[in-house]
Amino acid sequence: MAYGRKESRNFLSMVRSRRLKMPKKIGPLMIYPLLPKTNCGRCPPKVCMGFAVQLTDRSLSLEDCPPLFEEKKYEENLKKLRELLAPSVREVIIGSKEKQVKIGGKLVLRRHELRYSNPTTIAVLIDDGMKDEDISKWIDEVNSFRYRYVGMDLTLDMLAIRSTSKDQERFEKVIKKVADKTNLPMVLWAESSILERGLKVVEDRRPLIYAATKDNWGEIGAIALKYKCPLAIYSPNDIKMLKSLVNTLKSWGIEDFVLDIGAAFGKDIAATINNLTMMRISAIEEKDELLAYPLLGIPVRIWDEENGKSPELLSWEESCLASMMLIRYVDMLIIRRATFWSTLPLLILRNNIYNDPRKPVSVEPGLRVVGNPNEDSPVLVTSNFALTFYTVMGDIEKLDCYILVADSEGLSVESAIAGRKLTAEKIAEIIRFSKIEEKIKHRTIIIPGLAARLKGDIEDATKWDVLVGPRDSSMIQAFLKEKWYGKDHTPGWSYK
Amino acid sequence: MKEDKEKGMLKNLMELLDKYEELTLEGVSLSADELEINIKSSKALQGKIIREELGKTLLELGKALIKGGLAEAITPPTLTQIQSQIQQPLLPSKPLELKESDYKLPIKKYSGKIVEVTIGATKEEGGTRGKKVIVGGECMPAFHLFEGLQPYAPAIAGDVFDMPISLPKPVKECFGDALQDPVEWSKLLVEKVGVDLIDLELISTDPYIKDTPVSEAVKLVEKVLQTVKVPIIVGGSGNPDKDAQLLPKVAEVCEGERVVLSSATLDMWEPVALAAKKHNHVILAWTSIDLNQAKELNRKLLQYVPLNQILIDPTSAALGYGFEYAFTIMERIRLAAIMGDNELQCPQISGTANAWGAREAWIKDPRLGPREFRGPLWETIGALAYLLAGIDIFIMLHPAAIRTVKDVIGWLMGGKNPETFSQWLGVGG
Repeated sequence: MAYGRKESRNFLSMVRSRRLKMPKKIGPLMIYPLLPKTNCGRCPPKVCMGFAVQLTDRSLSLEDCPPLFEEKKYEENLKKLRELLAPSVREVIIGSKEKQVKIGGKLVLRRHELRYSNPTTIAVLIDDGMKDEDISKWIDEVNSFRYRYVGMDLTLDMLAIRSTSKDQERFEKVIKKVADKTNLPMVLWAESSILERGLKVVEDRRPLIYAATKDNWGEIGAIALKYKCPLAIYSPNDIKMLKSLVNTLKSWGIEDFVLDIGAAFGKDIAATINNLTMMRISAIEEKDELLAYPLLGIPVRIWDEENGKSPELLSWEESCLASMMLIRYVDMLIIRRATFWSTLPLLILRNNIYNDPRKPVSVEPGLRVVGNPNEDSPVLVTSNFALTFYTVMGDIEKLDCYILVADSEGLSVESAIAGRKLTAEKIAEIIRFSKIEEKIKHRTIIIPGLAARLKGDIEDATKWDVLVGPRDSSMIQAFLKEKWYGKDHTPGWSYK
Repeated sequence: MKEDKEKGMLKNLMELLDKYEELTLEGVSLSADELEINIKSSKALQGKIIREELGKTLLELGKALIKGGLAEAITPPTLTQIQSQIQQPLLPSKPLELKESDYKLPIKKYSGKIVEVTIGATKEEGGTRGKKVIVGGECMPAFHLFEGLQPYAPAIAGDVFDMPISLPKPVKECFGDALQDPVEWSKLLVEKVGVDLIDLELISTDPYIKDTPVSEAVKLVEKVLQTVKVPIIVGGSGNPDKDAQLLPKVAEVCEGERVVLSSATLDMWEPVALAAKKHNHVILAWTSIDLNQAKELNRKLLQYVPLNQILIDPTSAALGYGFEYAFTIMERIRLAAIMGDNELQCPQISGTANAWGAREAWIKDPRLGPREFRGPLWETIGALAYLLAGIDIFIMLHPAAIRTVKDVIGWLMGGKNPETFSQWLGVGG
């Protein structure tokens, strides 16, 4: 879909200055009066005020206070608490009880304000006009997509089935095929006249219906209502129309909407990015109820006007557009295909952006073997802060050595030493625990330059010699060349 | 005849509904070829409950018809069909007209503004650059174009090293022999790739690498300045002792050219600040993913130079390797600046080429797909995300990544950039 030049400038001409309206911040003092105030001790902090604080930062939820649910007298307060703590963006569930995705449920605009909830769901598109064997292949690709990253598996979440054949029977057949091969939640993308027959096949899986537009909202709305399915609203570059559609269909009794304002990679990307940004700000900071729904990004649209571009180039562009939409708040994406090279960066971006900014990311403490070290090889120590760890690993991967990852409680070397999380005792502990002494002849450990001040303490605690390494791990190679191997090449030293 | 009969029956049914509001059919069998329902406006039919009940009843009726095999050709009427037949006055709670809604743009007023930083000086200004690069001047979050205009396009600097270093294969393939010669490499970046600046990294000056003498290193800087006409960034090796000698000398030989001296750190900032002040250059203030450190360093530098001689480099992590920390610090620095924190109101610069530190970008692994696409895409996506966090200058490596980011910036700025980058990827189109 492409916006005309005129439309793409619409949002600029609409600019009207307005007084700053900040969202009401929920504080513990707003929550506390509604709690039982008995300090019964059944929640982790044991006291109601502590519980109120943890409700505020969402580290606990209302379910952690059993009396609220057990005793009838709290019913009214529970209702008020639920309203108070409701996310600014509605959480919409797509899929069956057994296999579902939750999208939206957002609490804040920017991740540092608290954290993002419900990582952007990624669906892969299947056209019913495709050949059967291709459909099978694509489903298999989605099912088998897996990448191991910082201790977890990155996978794809959904399948979207689009009617391009404009044939009810074919649409139904493809839906059946997909349903047989996978239990992933689905999006059904079709005209109202095509949709229903296929929808019936997977009615119990509660698929997302795509989409009500200004032209078909009556028929599509009626189907969504009948089958109680979440409904996508598509209103390219027209937020007013989008809101009108939500407003109307909401009055019909439909509750779960997902909003698609369009996607363009090209000069209209300014409109795409700004529309998404405006909608999310309106929902979170201005409490615009008609926009308080998950946002859907469909970068796959760029394939519809491929203009003779190669599939690689289209995958490239799609991945770029999807990434920008992911940064600008979309809760769900539909992409063309589970092509590894173009999909992996998207999944890693999602993982990174949805990390809880309050929790440092850490790796398991312990021994790591790099290359093919022998009994003369150097032993280096670093922290278990994931960023530090992976940076160090990247810098030394061409060497043969041992790395001891000390438990710095997920902090970087500098912060861990300042905060006494990385101490001589911790290093002595990892030397014992790793049984490194059985693997090497020497007793010399190389510590990060930023840990220089621990040298004496470590020597006392371990009886090892301590060599203070460079301040940045990019210098390790040069450092070892000079300080470990000297002028002579010791056995075990190799540039691979 | 049959049809009339059915109609009549339904009519009766409706009349009954009118009267009793509820109706149970028992032992009834119906057969029909086509069901056409006309319902007149009726008081008893007003209201949502009855409407839904009616819908259900009719659906059940339809289903029963099929189930019973009495009329195979009949499909049960859907709510859509019912709705299209039932006229509006009947269903006041289900409007068939759009309920029009208004939308007001969520515009805020920000008290702060990023300063404008000029890099490079033309002949009139005492330099020899063909053009200068101006960045900054924003007073809204990154590309909130509904809240304000982006005064200057973010710029891209091409990364050039003064000695052959280990570079990923996809990058090597793009530049070929030019990688052996920083002057040729710079030329190629400016002429073929279209970068706005050159970032010349004098890494060979590092005592642990080649320990190139300062006098020799600055000769290369002069040579690059003579060859390309874009503004330049000159980077030391990162060795604080050597940089403290190198960067003041660079500042001296670049007098009048308003280059960026890279970098001042909390370990080594004063010689750079002094040199920038004396020779009117810009400082790249580098800290490691820490907003407070960025503030602290700026506070020190501000004793010597004004804000418009500083670029903040808050560190750019590779996607997958601490990316989110960098992203959030950039976003917070931008927000703090426009909210009025005048110690952070400098444009931000990103060493986006760090993306290649991610093994997923360069590792040879058939499962991950062709690395000639994967690598530059890794760099591109990192850059696009940082663009939306508030970066004004990107230091980049791969031509396809540079082209894409340049295109996106062009589109966001409302300009056109029809040139394609695909030749650098070899995918055509």
